[in-house]
Amino acid sequence: MRSKDPQPRRAATLLCALLATLAALALLAVPASAGWLSPGAGPSGNAQKINTLYWIVLIISIPIFLGVEGALIYAMVKFRARKGAVAAQIRGNTRLEIGWTLGAAVIVVVLAVVTFAFLPAIRNPPPSGPEGLDLRRAGLTGEPVVEGGVGRQPPVPEDGQALNIDVNGQQYVWRYTYPDNDENDLNNVFAYEQMVVPTDTTVVLSIRAQDVAHSWWIPALGGKFDAIPGYTNYTWYNVSEPGVWGGRCAELCGRNHANMVASVRAVTPPEFQRWYTNKRREIAQANEAAARQRQQVESGTPAPGA
Amino acid sequence: MAAAETTTRTKTLQPLPQIVARTVERAPTGWLSWLTTTDHKRIGIMYLVSTFAFFLIGGAEALLMRVQLAVPENNLLDPSTYNALFTIHGTTMIFLFVVPIMAGFGNYVVPLMIGARDMAFPKLNALSFWLLTSGGLVFYASLFFNPVEVGWFAYAPLSTGAYSPNGGVDAWIFLIHLTGIGSLVGAINFYATIANMRAPGMGWGRLPLFVWTILIYSILLILALPVIAGAVTLLLTDRNFGTAFFDPSQGGDALLWQHLFWFFGHPEVYIMVLPAFGIISEVLPVFARKPIFGYKAIAAATVVIAFLGLLVWAHHMFATPSPDVLLAFFMISSFLISVPTGVKIFNWVATLWRGTIEFKTPLIFCIGFISLFVIGGITGVMLAVFPVDWQLTDTYFVVAHFHYVLVGGSVFAIFAGIYYWFPKITGRMMSEALGKFSFALMFIGFNATFLVQHSLGMEGMVRRVYEYPDIGSLAALNLVSTIGSFILGLGVLVTVVNVVRSVKKGTYAGPDPWKANTLEWFTESPPPVNNFDAVPRIRSVEPMKDIRRQVERQGALEPPHAAPAPEHSVTA
Ligand code: HEM
Repeated sequence: MRSKDPQPRRAATLLCALLATLAALALLAVPASAGWLSPGAGPSGNAQKINTLYWIVLIISIPIFLGVEGALIYAMVKFRARKGAVAAQIRGNTRLEIGWTLGAAVIVVVLAVVTFAFLPAIRNPPPSGPEGLDLRRAGLTGEPVVEGGVGRQPPVPEDGQALNIDVNGQQYVWRYTYPDNDENDLNNVFAYEQMVVPTDTTVVLSIRAQDVAHSWWIPALGGKFDAIPGYTNYTWYNVSEPGVWGGRCAELCGRNHANMVASVRAVTPPEFQRWYTNKRREIAQANEAAARQRQQVESGTPAPGA
Repeated sequence: MAAAETTTRTKTLQPLPQIVARTVERAPTGWLSWLTTTDHKRIGIMYLVSTFAFFLIGGAEALLMRVQLAVPENNLLDPSTYNALFTIHGTTMIFLFVVPIMAGFGNYVVPLMIGARDMAFPKLNALSFWLLTSGGLVFYASLFFNPVEVGWFAYAPLSTGAYSPNGGVDAWIFLIHLTGIGSLVGAINFYATIANMRAPGMGWGRLPLFVWTILIYSILLILALPVIAGAVTLLLTDRNFGTAFFDPSQGGDALLWQHLFWFFGHPEVYIMVLPAFGIISEVLPVFARKPIFGYKAIAAATVVIAFLGLLVWAHHMFATPSPDVLLAFFMISSFLISVPTGVKIFNWVATLWRGTIEFKTPLIFCIGFISLFVIGGITGVMLAVFPVDWQLTDTYFVVAHFHYVLVGGSVFAIFAGIYYWFPKITGRMMSEALGKFSFALMFIGFNATFLVQHSLGMEGMVRRVYEYPDIGSLAALNLVSTIGSFILGLGVLVTVVNVVRSVKKGTYAGPDPWKANTLEWFTESPPPVNNFDAVPRIRSVEPMKDIRRQVERQGALEPPHAAPAPEHSVTA
């Protein structure tokens, strides 16, 4: 096995050159992120880090792929039965076995180290940027609206300031509840399907489900996080530019699973504030109207317009 | 290496058969003889035929799904039909095709390979088969009522009574129980057979590698099946008797189901793929005309894979609200399992290296297997990097990954096994031309179907959806995938035609058409009811090679299977 005639050596050099070129090409392809070769990423740090990690893993695996397929093809061409050819009766080679076991182990260790190096930047939210919404001034520093539920600890940026939005999966829609500063959880701003967030602001989502399991996923803004009834899951993003990013429920949740869509609309902080105050006013008005109606029903006078 | 060399060059020139049959029963005929048979070969054939029929049914379901997905926003199928289709397809392919067809090969081949007369418990063996069949019937009968729609891993709470009140899930539970008991009994049978009934001289170091994988397959089944049996029983009582193991609103735990299911579910994946590895390890050396490279390493890798396979289950749950230490543990254990798997692949390639490769259909399917399995393995490692998995899980990337492993891996190996052992089972050769044509269609069709699905996943298409919007290149890639699936289906049909044709018209195979290495080729094709009139003493992993060499040396003109004469049987 180890005795080398010049023929295979030349082939090996050629193969190495080929591999090197391919690796270089793959590296060049990194900037062309989204599309057929990678999950891509929108303007949020966690998604971008995941994408980079993906590319590193892919690039490490390309030579392995080419090596095995190349050796296979080479063997098929070179060692097909010919007249006069005699098969070498080799039963194994301990040094070779140890070699490739260690080789594989080293690759695996490298992958683990790289992953752990990337993990903090993916898991831990950074503080909001200078252009972001001032949560204290906006009165949006509240805790997430979570009743019970076990699971991970919520991620908190270093400065302790994040917009905590509660994401609740239900057959077949996502409901978002925004924080406020009072104790009453029934007067909070909420929305269905489309979530509006301020740009350059760290948004922490607490993800729950109220019926069956769902999975929250906006591909451009980071990975999936399962919404499991009885548990609370967390993720975050910090969108650097305005835009709308779509996604959908990623865990089978019943017949309309395919149509359980979601989207995130990032707007500038002033626009967000307008949206938020508007919503708040609408909800307050609706609550007042409902309270009036209730009073009328209770006191027996017919509701106006009934 | 040196030790093996000397044992084959033993000084005894005369074969020493150890076991001699005193009477030879005549093979019974008629359909009743099939229903009542306890002969491992007939049971094996029934396994192979019925599981292959389930493969064709599951394939038809797959094609129906691909038709639905051929164009965006298709409304050919409604969501509940589509959900039922992928659930039944996945369940069929796993519980009624890949797992039991390995038992079919095992049934037919293992006793022959180890020189046994039958399985250790022939009646239990028949029971295994009939339990499998009844599981399949119960499950498919639910098609006429309310088929199950919750996916093959039936996540609670969707699968509990509140969200899936109809009986489909219960039918699925009965399928798990019936096929599960069948497999469990079968696994115990394999274990007992392999542990006790090996030919004289066949120590663990001379056990054919396929038998090694069936042994480990059995151990994994024995370890994993009780867990799923318990889990589906809890689900059954949740659904019908008012318990709340998986209902969080009453103090139950929805994640518990996921842990229990995958504790079984991941070993199940290795249950499906280890015997496929075994087939490859048998076929490659025969057609490379070289001993298997690294016998011990391959056998050891099988054991290590099985052990680690029990420790990786939560890599199916990376997106759940679980602590980072847990995710890190399961990432590393999943990484580790790629090492012994890689060792196997390297050893297979090394087996081909410097051989004289004969490109017969079984070998071609093996090469197809290696080239595709590598891709499935690499995407598997990518998915084990859990932050990357957060993007890719539950998308078509995962669908592509596991089809590369299960179709590119297991199914191609199963086809290699069919082409390899068909002459032994029927006594006739299959058509090489049709075989190669079938391979070409399957290989091209398979890659067209599933390679593009990686990109579908990266463009954001989630799995288990009956329709998708016309954005990006989803429409184009899905169309390619659908066209590919029909080419793949055609390739499978060519093999079906080949089998049907060759059973009657194939040329006679003789006992050992491939000049193979293992003991099943020592007896006639098809083997007589008693398998062997005499079993030779085993001196290496390649007993047939020894026998051929011995016959050559004796200058005998008789064919090898007639060589051991009963006079020599007195020595014990
Ligand atoms: C013959 C070619 C095959 C084709 C064209 C095919 C196609 C498909 C399709 C379209 C899906 C549904 C994907 C989705 O909606 O998420 C699917 C799911 C699946 N297939 Fe296949 N498949 C084939 C063979 C196999 C084989 C041989 C196996 C197993 C050994 C298998 C195992 C599965 C499993 C486990 C699922 C997942 C079901 C679920 O989501 O619950 N398939 N396949």
